[in-house]
Amino acid sequence: MYVIVGGGVAAVGAIEGIRSRDARTPITVISKEKYLVYGRPLIVEVLKGERTADEIRYREPSFYDDMKVKVMLGVEARRINTAAKSVELASGESLPYKRCLIATGGVPFIPPTEGLDGSDVYTFTTLDDAERLSAAAPDIGRAVVIGGGLIGLKVAEGLHARGVPVTIVELAPRILSAAFDDVAGKMILARLQEVGLQVFCGCSVAAVLRSPQGRVRAVRLSDGREVECGAVVAAIGVAPDKQLAAQSGIKVNRGVVVDHYLRTSAADVYAAGDVAEAYDISIKANRVVPIWPNAYQQGYTAGRNMAGARARYAGGLPMNSIAFYGISTISAGVTNPANGGYQVLDQIEAERNRYRKLVFKRGRLVGYVLVGEVARAGLLTGLIREGVDVASFKEKLLSGRLSYLDLPEGLRRERLS
Amino acid sequence: MKRVYPIEEYCIGCRLCEVACAVSHSKSGDIVRAYKEEGACPRNLVEESGAVSFCLSCRHCDTPQCAAACISGALRKDASGRVIYDEARCVGCWSCIMACPHGGIRQDVVRMKIIKCDLCPDRDVPACVAACPNRALKFEERP
Repeated sequence: MYVIVGGGVAAVGAIEGIRSRDARTPITVISKEKYLVYGRPLIVEVLKGERTADEIRYREPSFYDDMKVKVMLGVEARRINTAAKSVELASGESLPYKRCLIATGGVPFIPPTEGLDGSDVYTFTTLDDAERLSAAAPDIGRAVVIGGGLIGLKVAEGLHARGVPVTIVELAPRILSAAFDDVAGKMILARLQEVGLQVFCGCSVAAVLRSPQGRVRAVRLSDGREVECGAVVAAIGVAPDKQLAAQSGIKVNRGVVVDHYLRTSAADVYAAGDVAEAYDISIKANRVVPIWPNAYQQGYTAGRNMAGARARYAGGLPMNSIAFYGISTISAGVTNPANGGYQVLDQIEAERNRYRKLVFKRGRLVGYVLVGEVARAGLLTGLIREGVDVASFKEKLLSGRLSYLDLPEGLRRERLS
Repeated sequence: MKRVYPIEEYCIGCRLCEVACAVSHSKSGDIVRAYKEEGACPRNLVEESGAVSFCLSCRHCDTPQCAAACISGALRKDASGRVIYDEARCVGCWSCIMACPHGGIRQDVVRMKIIKCDLCPDRDVPACVAACPNRALKFEERP
């Protein structure tokens, strides 16, 4: 039997990977959440009220039957007994496995802040979070969102759509500091302010102030300012949910340590998704990059290997495609190059909210940022992934009209035949 | 599995493959109505630079990057090997646009949905292949 701990996209990848080689052996999925798999980035649509929980399903409920998978929802795994090869559940039950996958995902990081525990404090990484926030929205007054990254901006957008005034507080000097550079960050900032979001950068929430009844009434910022609000959303990011692995004596670093085949330090135990510290092409080393495509690919590769293949994980790449109030953006790889051997080509049309930036190293594309026009961005992603020498056609790549014919003929013919 | 392969030496860039695609996927099936009333958009794309041209469409990859990146479950690889697209699920997030190394997926920015080749499941030979006057598209199984 295969046991998969976690019910998200990495688990789906693993199920599909296992079933590509093994049609019969039973699979059991254990999930802490009480929902079948859903498109996690789409929880903002639920908050906005534009889609229901059913409408953000990632696979139909029949998927599990079709794949001969038993799903246990709302169930927590306490420990993996790697010697006896079984997963011990909180209920005391024990599930034997032939191969096990840790796909526990991430948990929201909550900064240690005075008053940040208790009522009126939210996170935004699960469907339950979205439902809770959605139910509270009519009574919030103003919401303060801690974190101006992708999660923070999305929850802000969702609350704003529900008529809740929002203040975003970002510690870094600019929003989207991880995925974007200064120019792109400023373009998006201007757009957010234009639609009415308040954004404070370069400061943090020093304390959450509460009424005598214990309800949130304001936050005090690190610069002394106070912002009146009825709710605080901690949206700084997610940390790998590695507790299960650590408690089971499996080697962890920032995430669960895996090799090129997604194997952990314990025999027949694999890890994939936001919990795994897997190979990243852009730094040529392992690290946690909690994004959807990596989770699926890692799950799929792990699944194939669990079913007896020897498939090497090709490696992930940090990349995000996300729109902010009508401005499409895609970024991938190295977007903020440090000094040392990088070359940057860019093109800014600020008045049209358009921006293209390409980052090269040793004649190879290593990253890009596109704002406004994102057509065929994958051609660029492919060049990064394949490490193609682009020295002779760098300038062509900067054009908004990417073409296959900009690529070297040999590569083109090989790819298309 | 059979796929559509372009032969760039035969292609003259006439774009009849695009027209055939748009019309065959239109509601009316009529060329004038498809373009004038339905805002038909082809799922393939003729690439052209100087004397070289060829028709590009979804490659239906063995390990599709688009399907791995799709956050809504709209793109998946089915048992036959096709990368199938469920338009109702598409949320227009363009994650597949970011991931497809061929640039083989198009954006319908009016409807905020993607458009891609479905290999014409109801036809013996895809419309683009049937329409090409130069036989610059082959529908065949390759190792």
